[in-house]
Amino acid sequence: MLSSQTSPSRAAIPPKLASVLQVTPMALVFLLLVIVPLGLIFVVSFLDYNFAQVFPELYLETWVDVLTSDLTLALYLKTFKFLVIVWVITAPLGFAIAYFLAFHLRSTWLRTLLVTAIAIPFWTSGPIRMVSWVPLLGREGVVNQALMGMGITDEPLGWLMYSEFAVLVAYVQMLTMPMIATALNSMAKIPPSVIQAAQDAGASEWQIVRDLIFPLVRPGLAIGTIIVTTAIMGDVVMVKFMGGSQVNTVGMSIITDLNAFMYPPAAAKSILLLVVVLSIVISLLRFADIRKELRS
Amino acid sequence: MTKSDLPAAKAPRRDARGISRRGLLKSGAAAAAASAFPAPMLWAQNIKDITITHLGQSYSTIPEIEAKANEELGFKVDMQTAPDPTTHVNRLLTQPKTIDVTDMPNTNLKYFTGRGVLMPVNVSDYKYWDKTLSLFVNGTYPDGTEASKQGMAPIKAQYWTDETAQDYSPTPTDHLVGVPLYFNADTLGIRPDLIGRPIESWAELLNPEFSGRVALQDGVSIGVADAAMALEATGEITYGDKGNMTREEIDKTIEVLTALKREGHFRSFWTNFDQSVQLMASGEVLLQSMWSPAVTEVRTRGIDCKYNGMKEGYRGWYIMMSAMNHLEGLQRDCAIEYMNWMNSGWAGAFISRQGFYNSVPENVMPFMSENEWGYWYDGKPASEDILNPYGKVMEKAGVSRDGGSIWERMGNIGIWNTVMDEDRYLVRRWQDFIAA
Repeated sequence: MLSSQTSPSRAAIPPKLASVLQVTPMALVFLLLVIVPLGLIFVVSFLDYNFAQVFPELYLETWVDVLTSDLTLALYLKTFKFLVIVWVITAPLGFAIAYFLAFHLRSTWLRTLLVTAIAIPFWTSGPIRMVSWVPLLGREGVVNQALMGMGITDEPLGWLMYSEFAVLVAYVQMLTMPMIATALNSMAKIPPSVIQAAQDAGASEWQIVRDLIFPLVRPGLAIGTIIVTTAIMGDVVMVKFMGGSQVNTVGMSIITDLNAFMYPPAAAKSILLLVVVLSIVISLLRFADIRKELRS
Repeated sequence: MTKSDLPAAKAPRRDARGISRRGLLKSGAAAAAASAFPAPMLWAQNIKDITITHLGQSYSTIPEIEAKANEELGFKVDMQTAPDPTTHVNRLLTQPKTIDVTDMPNTNLKYFTGRGVLMPVNVSDYKYWDKTLSLFVNGTYPDGTEASKQGMAPIKAQYWTDETAQDYSPTPTDHLVGVPLYFNADTLGIRPDLIGRPIESWAELLNPEFSGRVALQDGVSIGVADAAMALEATGEITYGDKGNMTREEIDKTIEVLTALKREGHFRSFWTNFDQSVQLMASGEVLLQSMWSPAVTEVRTRGIDCKYNGMKEGYRGWYIMMSAMNHLEGLQRDCAIEYMNWMNSGWAGAFISRQGFYNSVPENVMPFMSENEWGYWYDGKPASEDILNPYGKVMEKAGVSRDGGSIWERMGNIGIWNTVMDEDRYLVRRWQDFIAA
């Protein structure tokens, strides 16, 4: 009785409608929490403003400034410079460390231990991690004392801390881990039999890495790159502390506007940043099929 | 200036009034409110379920003050701490009804004209207006001379023009924007052990001798004010009003600062208290914009740090307490009672031990020992060790406060913390400076 009632009604929902019904809740959430606020931000970016107030009057100067000023150019150049340098360091480093962990460690126990060791610094809170750079890189810090003790320098190096160098050091320290994690994840999926076959066919280790492992790990590296990109493009905390508030990036500039309650320029800069980050992510996704990565 | 210039100093110490007031407070809110409310017993019954939410920042929402308020007032006080100035102002502007009273720097008041968020406080509702320092009542010092109006001087936003609370009146009215709470005179924090000579001018902040060893506060309200004091002191720029610059003055200021930054003159810009302490204590900087409690913190770590005035004057600041406009009935009465309590002496003495001044010194005096009062307000050498509000020794006997008495310090204000009329332009140009 029961089954005879339910089965026809189930059949009555066409598959297409079923799909629509399935995506509706998420679509609504996305619409309400992402698209609508973004729309508002977009609208605000065209309005006039002063002293924490936004006036309902069209004011295009904000966009003119954001799209044409030397400041925007300088901010993006600085941010991309950080991104390129950090990527050039973290990608090979992440790949190499992951390769070591995946293929040169026989003991699973040791591998787990080492992977945990990589994560340990991140168990402390961000502010504490940043404050602890000062005793290391500061004027009176360990590095400066060592350099002077060894007679390499006569006086403390100022550029070790509160500088672009310091920002880069902190980025590399923070962002090598996701590179390792994503590369390791891809490597773990390579069946040992494939490596075995290559070895049996007489391939050298270098050949295996170059022709076999690297192409298979590329999607993992692409995802790691996406993480590094979004982290650096959106960062305000590291650059502020490590740069001693003397380094201006895209994210910092938005925060400065927000702290001064100047919403339209912050909105315009955010929209531009979103467009830039999305373009980078979309082009990176051509190297990685995220759905395939998640499925396997 | 001498002690006799201070109205509070004229009052006999621990007078009958002070004692009776304390007794009054101890006997409960019913009695305390008796004068203002005709039916005290009813009042005590009615207010016991009321909660007054006070939004402030870490420097003002002090648990000890909250506990004392709850002990002495018949209603509940709930202090909430905004994590930073931005969140604080945003919450006041966007969720005013979740708050009853707030305390904030008067530089914020530029954001509150025409908003209808703050409630005008009637002069007759505030018990201590006649005992409040003239600096806040009419913008003059006790000797009658006019205080500096460069920057956001207290008198610029102390009164609403009328009860609609839309705009500020430069001359006294019956409607207070808020109750004056704390104020102080800031100057440069100095590491005398590393500099080895006296620092007496703001110009030293730009002296090439200290290249790479000076810091400013990050941002335009204090950082630019300090830089302007220095630029004027070197004679490099002459301002009409350095607390409210014209576009040309802003351009010139940013230009000079940018050149200095490119030479690596600034070690860092600090954002919060801890960073400023760390920069100073670690020896990263020799000279920087600093706040009084931060100097105290460096000293309690056993590191010498001076905070003497410069010949061009101090940078003054001022924090007031305001109520929100949605208040009515008993809630409103309790909010006003809380604001009155804040300046009745105990809380004022507490914050005075951190190096700030309270706007009603006469009330604070009975709550401080002779030694404390002499050290903090009169600039006298401490007759015994000076303790901070938490009972920790922060200054040994024999030492006197840098800069001297309240009016030696407050009487010499070169600029007040500021938000300029050309704020929009300044913030834009400041970004160019940071990007350079």
